[in-house]
Amino acid sequence: MYDYVLYLLAGIFLVISFKRDKKKTKMALKKAWKSFENILPQFLTILAFSGMVLALLSPDVISRLLGQKAGWQGMIIASIIGSITLIPAFIAFPIAAMLLKNGAGFAQIAVFVSTLMMVGIVTLPLEIKCFGKKISIMRNMFAYLFSFMVALVIGVVLG
Amino acid sequence: MKIIFKRYLGFIIILVLNIILFIIDRKNGLSSITIFGSIIFQMAKILPPIFVLLGLMDVWIPRETMEKFMGEKSGLLGILIAFFFGSFAAGPLYAAFPIAIILMKKGAKFLNILIFIGAWSTTKVPMFLFETASLGWRFSVIRLIMSIFGVITIGYAIELLISKKEKEDLYNKVRLMQ
Repeated sequence: MYDYVLYLLAGIFLVISFKRDKKKTKMALKKAWKSFENILPQFLTILAFSGMVLALLSPDVISRLLGQKAGWQGMIIASIIGSITLIPAFIAFPIAAMLLKNGAGFAQIAVFVSTLMMVGIVTLPLEIKCFGKKISIMRNMFAYLFSFMVALVIGVVLG
Repeated sequence: MKIIFKRYLGFIIILVLNIILFIIDRKNGLSSITIFGSIIFQMAKILPPIFVLLGLMDVWIPRETMEKFMGEKSGLLGILIAFFFGSFAAGPLYAAFPIAIILMKKGAKFLNILIFIGAWSTTKVPMFLFETASLGWRFSVIRLIMSIFGVITIGYAIELLISKKEKEDLYNKVRLMQ
């Protein structure tokens, strides 16, 4: 659904842009392609790597790892899986919901969801290309620590 | 040729590893390739409009406009714009990095860039709706509220921890790109 909105937006703006200035529109498309081509190698590497990680860490294995241990140990395992995997939301949320139903802790699920979204070890090379090493590593480390804070609050309120 | 090889070296290494995995473990090796294919397909669906919008933004938005709304003196408005921009986006986090580069090139303030990236990573609206549906609204709302504070705090923290020179170097590097 959301994809179509994006296509519609891009299409509308592209037509408006083309009507106003053909040369500029051509330049925009050239830039679009160049920005994409610029990240393509890392992008392919990331996706291929995610394919491997997800094959070895299938939803089944993830469930077992996440549902197994409670407390800090469980949170740390959850945070590591969340940080290294690149799971699309439409797979991750149902897994998380199923785990909750099967008795996994709120805190463990919260740390998993939060690191999954905010921490990206696999995408770090791309981030470094954009922001440099120091800032990228700082951002990921802060996000990692922050995920535990989220987990603690959710664990206390809901747990 | 050599340059292309060097650029795609990481990808080639993963492919070789994948072939090795396939030899050792047929089932997982095959599913790895299948998953790779399906992720590529999903990305091929969502990335074209994002990059087209990025290109249009680059040629049409004047530097002065960006400076006014997201630049050094943009204050609270800049933060809000960064938040909304990131939250209403779609696509994976790595699609946000090229956009961040354009924003920096146009003179957006670094704090706003960090907030934009943070919002894109974790307070996206479509994602939030999906999260509510699967994990319940209490879980999602607490996480959302905390994330809003978290994104701003992390933004300020990084901004404080890097020197003015580091920031200038980054902006200079970005300006030379493309």
